[in-house]
Amino acid sequence: MNKVIARTINMSKSFPTGEGEFLALKNINLEFVSGEFTGIVGPSGSGKTTLLNILGSLDTPTNGEAEVMGQSIRQLTQRQSGELRSQHIGFIFQTYNLLPVYSVFENVEFPLLLLKMPAEERRKAVLNALEWVGLMDKISSRPAQLSGGQCQRVAIARAMVKKPAIVLADEPTANLDTENSLHILQTMSNLNKELGTTFIFSTHDDKVIKYLLRVIKLIDGEVANDDPASGI
Amino acid sequence: MFQFIIKGIFRDRHRWLFPILIVCAGVVMMVFTLSFMQGYQNSFIRQNARFETGHLKVVTRAYAEMIEQKPYDLAMLNIEDEFKEWQTKYPELSWVQRISFGALLDVPDERGETRAQGQVVGFAVDLLNSKREQELLNLNKALVSGRLPRANGEALMSDAALTRLSIKIGETVTLIGGSVYGAMTMQNLVIVGTVNFGVGALDNGAVIADISDIRQLLDMEQGASEILAFFENGEYNDKVASRVAAEFNAQYSDPEDEFSPKMLTMMQQNNLAYLMGTFSSMMGWMALVFVFIMGIVLWNSGLMNGIRRYGEFGLRLAIGEQKRQVYLGLLSEAFIVGIVGSCIGLVLGLGISLYFNKNGMDVSAYNRNTSILSENMVYTSITLKALVISFIPGVLSTLLGAALAGTAIYKRQTSQLFKELEA
Repeated sequence: MNKVIARTINMSKSFPTGEGEFLALKNINLEFVSGEFTGIVGPSGSGKTTLLNILGSLDTPTNGEAEVMGQSIRQLTQRQSGELRSQHIGFIFQTYNLLPVYSVFENVEFPLLLLKMPAEERRKAVLNALEWVGLMDKISSRPAQLSGGQCQRVAIARAMVKKPAIVLADEPTANLDTENSLHILQTMSNLNKELGTTFIFSTHDDKVIKYLLRVIKLIDGEVANDDPASGI
Repeated sequence: MFQFIIKGIFRDRHRWLFPILIVCAGVVMMVFTLSFMQGYQNSFIRQNARFETGHLKVVTRAYAEMIEQKPYDLAMLNIEDEFKEWQTKYPELSWVQRISFGALLDVPDERGETRAQGQVVGFAVDLLNSKREQELLNLNKALVSGRLPRANGEALMSDAALTRLSIKIGETVTLIGGSVYGAMTMQNLVIVGTVNFGVGALDNGAVIADISDIRQLLDMEQGASEILAFFENGEYNDKVASRVAAEFNAQYSDPEDEFSPKMLTMMQQNNLAYLMGTFSSMMGWMALVFVFIMGIVLWNSGLMNGIRRYGEFGLRLAIGEQKRQVYLGLLSEAFIVGIVGSCIGLVLGLGISLYFNKNGMDVSAYNRNTSILSENMVYTSITLKALVISFIPGVLSTLLGAALAGTAIYKRQTSQLFKELEA
């Protein structure tokens, strides 16, 4: 049986606004098990990114509980939450967010520097990650020299290089054309199968939804639907 | 990680160019200004020592009480034996006797009646028996026209006074003064040359004559109003000077006898200790102001750079770096940039200072109407202290700027920085 690696219990999140408070998430109860390939879908402002931020320990719930890798997000100190992210969580962003002054190799290497991995081991891990995403020929290139699809593949390699338990991807295909989107999804799907990494996406891209094994629909901060999807 | 930071700095022009330029410009300015001030201070000390204070000065206790007025009626008389004894006892010092006095200079016409008259500062030194005063006063270099006195009855005048009183080289003038006993006295002198020391206070109206002639004028047999002593290496050392003065006074000075000799160090004269202290504290203040101003400029630059990099910080936090690590990374970058900027600034500042150390800077325009004893050409003096004072603030100000700018990392929520990834 697959292990539960993240869960939320009656979790709510509100943000102060000029007129009071905006409730971004309301009583969210979800469980994510290892190896999932899950999408959080919903219109803009439905709370997808807020949920991902909390699961990524970048933010804390206002009420209720969120646990990742058995650790309560609310009770983590800044240091512990940084350690949780560096050891167990990978992020993929809509706008890739590669460090422009570093090469592809260096961008992928960066998370391993934080883990203080020895140089030789680091090198092997980076090369492996770049091989997974098919960018061995771009090792020395800078992000500005790559296409959007290639940049996103570097971002995937950077998220995967430390072999995290969970990868949180916020609209990973939103900036890509169909061909590149499919390529990226295929890559992530393969990694999910080969390495057993849990992928949680926020998306409203139909191309992505087709690949998902589970779809959680958020509307106005509430779970409207949580269904196993068809998944290719 | 260090290598990673270094690569990041030097591949991103925005991170290094402006801060390095600012630090570099600041350090150049500091090195040059401090070297100039040190050069000016040295010149001031040198000029004061040569013309006024010596490194040590012996006067009577009564004279010391009113030293600013130069009361030659309180001078030491019949001091040849003591003078020889002191020369023997302190071989590390070279000694000269001088008399400073004020007099009226009368220029007669062909009938012997007054053609021109003016007040002059008299400066009696040993011009005929020793070359030491010629060296100390740099007379050969200061000579503008004519020649140096070769015999009694000959004198030099400041070039400006000669022109003002329409005197010609070779003319006889009369010094009218008062003897140490209060009687009115006169002495004829032939002006054989003019001098310009490049010191406003002396060049406005001075007569330099041999001490034997002036002793006659002032009725000061074997007398000198001031005896100056100089360290043989030419450098003033306050510690040694204080020790020598204390030892001398313990042996020769009698508090009960107002005409007993008293030795004063250079810093005990003309308020020099205060002036030198002011110079030093000015340098300290300059360094502080430098750190403050540069800190503000670099803070601003750091903020601009920081805002540009909030996305990067967010990403680094998302990947798992601690806020403290990101902050320390920023400080490390600032430290490296500060070191590089300061090094370049140091080299450039040193180059400019060396140029002025060799060629000097003409400040005669500022000395024209001043009574301060300073040279018209100031040669910068480069000291290790000036380099350190300039270098450290260069690094500190960059660190301060980054430290202030970097606090934004702590003030912002992680998720807020993270959101700025998308901005």
